[in-house]
Amino acid sequence: MTDPNATLAHHVDIADLAAHDKTYLDANELVINMGPQHPATHGVLRVILRLDGEKVLGLECVIGYLHRGVEKIGEHRTYTMFNPYVDRMDYVAAVSNGLGYCETVEKLLNVEAPPRAQHVRVILTELNRIASHQLWLGTHALDIGAITPLFYTFRDREEILKIYEKYCGARLTTHAFRIGGLQYETYTGFEKEVKNFLNFFRPKIDEYEELLTTNRIWVERTKNVGAISAEDCIALGVTGPVLRASGVKWDLRKAQPYANYKNFDFDIPIGENGDTYDRYLVRMAEMRQSVRIIEQAVDALPEGPIMAKVPKVMKPPAGEVYHSIEAPKGELGYFIVSDGSTQPYRVRVRPPSFVNLQALDLMCRGELVADVIAVIGTLDIVLGEVDR
Amino acid sequence: MPDEIKPPAPPPPDGDAKPTADEPAILGGVKATPSGSVQADDKLPAEKLAAPAAAPPAKPATPTATSNATPAAAKPAAPAKAPVPAPTTWDSPMVAKLKGSYGSGIEPLTYAGQNYMVVDRSLIPEILQVLRNEEQFDYCVDITALHYPQREKQFDVVWVLYSFARNERIRVKTQIADGATLPSSVPIWAGANWLEREVFDMFGIKFDGHPDMKRILLPDGWKGHPLRKDYGILQQDNEWVQINLGIESGQ
Repeated sequence: MTDPNATLAHHVDIADLAAHDKTYLDANELVINMGPQHPATHGVLRVILRLDGEKVLGLECVIGYLHRGVEKIGEHRTYTMFNPYVDRMDYVAAVSNGLGYCETVEKLLNVEAPPRAQHVRVILTELNRIASHQLWLGTHALDIGAITPLFYTFRDREEILKIYEKYCGARLTTHAFRIGGLQYETYTGFEKEVKNFLNFFRPKIDEYEELLTTNRIWVERTKNVGAISAEDCIALGVTGPVLRASGVKWDLRKAQPYANYKNFDFDIPIGENGDTYDRYLVRMAEMRQSVRIIEQAVDALPEGPIMAKVPKVMKPPAGEVYHSIEAPKGELGYFIVSDGSTQPYRVRVRPPSFVNLQALDLMCRGELVADVIAVIGTLDIVLGEVDR
Repeated sequence: MPDEIKPPAPPPPDGDAKPTADEPAILGGVKATPSGSVQADDKLPAEKLAAPAAAPPAKPATPTATSNATPAAAKPAAPAKAPVPAPTTWDSPMVAKLKGSYGSGIEPLTYAGQNYMVVDRSLIPEILQVLRNEEQFDYCVDITALHYPQREKQFDVVWVLYSFARNERIRVKTQIADGATLPSSVPIWAGANWLEREVFDMFGIKFDGHPDMKRILLPDGWKGHPLRKDYGILQQDNEWVQINLGIESGQ
């Protein structure tokens, strides 16, 4: 048995040795750097943390490491040529980006995609929402220390990517839609394969939930962590599941329906506390709602053309349009100004990740360092979209 | 349905659209002049398409070559089609109220079913405040800008606003000159912070009273503001090659 006094004396010795560092130890604010090369920042995000011991006093995000000047590129490409570029912003939800862009240009051109194209667009976009949420769940759980969900979600996401690959040849940056509709008709057996996926996937959501929803470690790590109120969300412009988890029942698919979402029956899941756990629940529920939407869309898939009449050389009349959609991460908006030529005069992308990331500082204040990881995960940002 | 799947558009029929010898084709025609300055004649190939074999070679960077509203060169293509849609006046109780208090400083317009108002620069802080506090536009969706180098007031700054209570989206637009500043709207919407920083980064428009007016996406030492029309896309590349490799850029 060791003498407690002896240990104490030992400590005093160490403190004496470090006496020259006394000013440093006395400081109650410590600035440390996290990233940009950090496995838990989901890409090249650099966070400068101001700490008081283990507690976060505030933080500053340093972004732009992945800036490619997408908006500038847009001004130097024709409307059609710019279409594939949008896939490379939020590359885990490329189909949503394409939908937003195509619909915005269609508004400028004053054309509408035919019903069949709209249905296929909804199916692919909702599949993409599931894929995006799966990737979020796997990596978010991994950050917090649960390794298994990552394997489950990646295993199941593969099935969605297979459908994409069969449809258009690409898995991630799909370039699935064209201005005015779709380039490709669906392949033989498309409906059946999508339905098979839904039947396969429905029990998988329960499987994910079994692993996490009542898991004590998960609950302890996420409940009351990174809470943000509805008022703060609105003031900061935060949208998507983060806003809904704070109790605001707002989803652009319902509020200002685009594509043909108004024909489908689905609910907007909301949370109460706006904490990391609620955001988890909201996204799980959203996957179930996406399954509902896809099911209805496949059942009611109409026959008909897949491409509206659009000119080969697109020259939208001079004018400006802002159009936004509910991407998996929040409101994704495009503001396109045409001067009547073949190239946009200005393409502005309003990325949900960029605006949502602004809330990180507020959400992390007063939390522990380990929770910063959880909060970055729960915001579900993609740096390709933050930096553009 | 297979009929609908058309082969890719053939190249434009007339040779006029081909780039001239000293004009890079792929990158949209931004070139460095021998003097080292960079000119943006990016709309040139497009306008040549619009006016087949008509005009003599357009002069780059003159006001006519890059005019923004209904370019003169685009007119020959237009008559065959329906009349070009133009913004119409936007009428609503809110607009009438604002018009009542600010008069001709506000021009409410509608285009493609979307409402926006062009507001005089001097009214900006007040209008935004009123829209936020009295008209319930509590969500600042986006702030961005446009550059029209040939105009006296070179920049359009655009606020996209949304109201949860009214489920309504509007845009507020104003014109400012190069070097002029705008009051920051961070006190009105906290979320304007990064959006205004991005406008500064990309266009060089400063917002007075912003808590942290510095670049956001580009490094602090970056030269120029990339989304200005006179910022060529090869500028940075040429400079880097010259400084670091000591040779002429191959681009």
